[in-house]
Amino acid sequence: MLETRELSCERGGARLFAGLRFALGAGALLRVRGPNGSGKTSLLRILAGLTRPAEGEVLWRGRPLDEDTRREMVFIGHASALSDDLTVLENVEFILELNGGKADRSEIKIALETFALERVAHMPARFLSQGQRRRAALARLALATEVPLWLLDEPFAALDGEAIEQLSALATAHLAAGGLLVLTSHQEVPIAAPATDTLVLQG
Amino acid sequence: MIFSYAAPQAFYPVAGRMVPWFAWLAAILAAGGLYVGFFVAPTDATQGESYRIIFIHVPAAWMSMFLYLVMAGWAALGLILNTRLSGMMASAIAPTGAMFTFLALWTGSLWGKPTWGTYWVWDARLTSELVLLFLYLGFIALKAAIPDPQRADRAGAVLALLGAVNVPIIYFSVVWWSTLHQGASVSLTRSPTMAATMLTGMVLMALAAWMYSIAVTLLRLRAIIRSREGDAEWIRISAGK
Amino acid sequence: MAHAFLLLVRRDLRIALRRRGDVLNVLVFFLVAASLFALGVGPSPELLRAMGAGVVWVAALLAAMLSLPRMFAADLAEGTLEQMLIAPQPLGVLVAAKIASHWLLTGLPLALVAPLIGLQYQLPADALAVLLAGLLIGTPVLSVLGAAGAALTLGARGASVLLGLLLLPLYVPVLVFGAGAVLAAQSGIDAGAQLALLGAFLAVSCVVGPLAACAALKIALD
Repeated sequence: MLETRELSCERGGARLFAGLRFALGAGALLRVRGPNGSGKTSLLRILAGLTRPAEGEVLWRGRPLDEDTRREMVFIGHASALSDDLTVLENVEFILELNGGKADRSEIKIALETFALERVAHMPARFLSQGQRRRAALARLALATEVPLWLLDEPFAALDGEAIEQLSALATAHLAAGGLLVLTSHQEVPIAAPATDTLVLQG
Repeated sequence: MIFSYAAPQAFYPVAGRMVPWFAWLAAILAAGGLYVGFFVAPTDATQGESYRIIFIHVPAAWMSMFLYLVMAGWAALGLILNTRLSGMMASAIAPTGAMFTFLALWTGSLWGKPTWGTYWVWDARLTSELVLLFLYLGFIALKAAIPDPQRADRAGAVLALLGAVNVPIIYFSVVWWSTLHQGASVSLTRSPTMAATMLTGMVLMALAAWMYSIAVTLLRLRAIIRSREGDAEWIRISAGK
Repeated sequence: MAHAFLLLVRRDLRIALRRRGDVLNVLVFFLVAASLFALGVGPSPELLRAMGAGVVWVAALLAAMLSLPRMFAADLAEGTLEQMLIAPQPLGVLVAAKIASHWLLTGLPLALVAPLIGLQYQLPADALAVLLAGLLIGTPVLSVLGAAGAALTLGARGASVLLGLLLLPLYVPVLVFGAGAVLAAQSGIDAGAQLALLGAFLAVSCVVGPLAACAALKIALD
């Protein structure tokens, strides 16, 4: 379902990787490993359609990325996409509606509970701790079960044990339902999945 | 065949060979134009000899506008075809364009002093040249402010095109402004009655300026290529070509 | 599409409501800048009346420009901007929403306050009406072209000063026609032509500006 052909990436004049080719089917988990600066985040951004590759292309269901294909994709990068002046609830609501969803408040509250944010739901995001911000950024995944492709950049970073468990559970369920997950991670990934691939970028 | 020169590496030696030709053409045309301008063209009835600065002022103004369009054209090409060379060409042209704009302003100022007693006149042409200078400086400044060269090229290209679309509107509004406020009395655009020789002189100088621009742009392009592709092996080998 | 537009405008307005200072800052700057001109040239009524149109328009331009870097910079820093670029919405609609909220929070207040400053410069009532009308048409242009400028200078060094250098030449037609309209009204001439030209420029920039802004945003987040 997700395919890349002869993908190469250049940043700041340096060639990070070239000739990258892979194909992922339903239920696949791809973990991208590599030292800092090796292009893990760049690869994820290319898959999301944010960055143009120096060469090659990305295909989703056999078609190049466009507005329709973005409907089937969730990308959560390093930045948490939270507006400091909006409450956690308002932030999650905005992101969901921006991506075409229309979740009612009770569903969002359940998503926040999954990541132990129910007590800060009405607090402006500027007062959250780093861990809480990461959890707030991930909360939308609890409501993204219908979205096939998840692209997550270092999702387990800055999470405590309980949050890691919750995220793993969500990811495992997502894969079991036929979704795809591409993530970058320094650590081992605590997700049980039948089809796991690891891509190592040398940098 | 043309596209085989789209790579900076392929174009670099070609550019180097072209420079002397255009430099010589520029020198010859300039000599001809200056001769016509300062020795052949008749003395003007009202302005005497001081009008002769028109032979630099008008060609400089023409070139400043022409080069902006060329620069925007290369920029558009770069955005559409995604070639590295196009962005470099736009960067190479900009300083020369700005220089001609400044030259037009300066010679306009020198013309104003003996003719109307002031060094600056807010007439339509000078004012539009001033705005054009700001457009050039903005382009150069934007490119300088973005660290990544590829990003700088593309952002500069968008800006150049935005400017190019707006230039006719800006010029129209400045002309309108000028007639509204001052009437047609104080105007450098109302040039002395154009004898045929005067036109010949200006055209020769314009062509000279054009050849000069090409020569200088190619030189600057080579310098940009060298600085960007700095570590590549082919640069070391071809140094001296 | 309309849903996405309203969503983003509502969000921006909600944020602005919680940071009331921003809108007020722009208005205060407007008042201060306009007053500085009077302080600089002296209180002679004839002089002020002759200068008034130009001063108010220039001060409005500068005040509008002051708030432009904020259009995208905060969203970029938070990560919301990249979410907007990969959302399944036409980027043009989202950019239009940013422009609309910027105008509602900057251009519209400036236009409404401008007649007060016009009074400071001894402008007669019909000139004030033309001033208001002109600013209501002209300030959207500032937001539209400003979006392109703000997007181009995202992440560039010295963005706010650079923004001024880039945008002020492009604002020249707005200034010329807007101030010209007020001067016409002061001389008893019909200002309709200038306002119409201003409207035409608005129409053109509404096509060109968002195109440039979308292209620049994609470049900035590449």
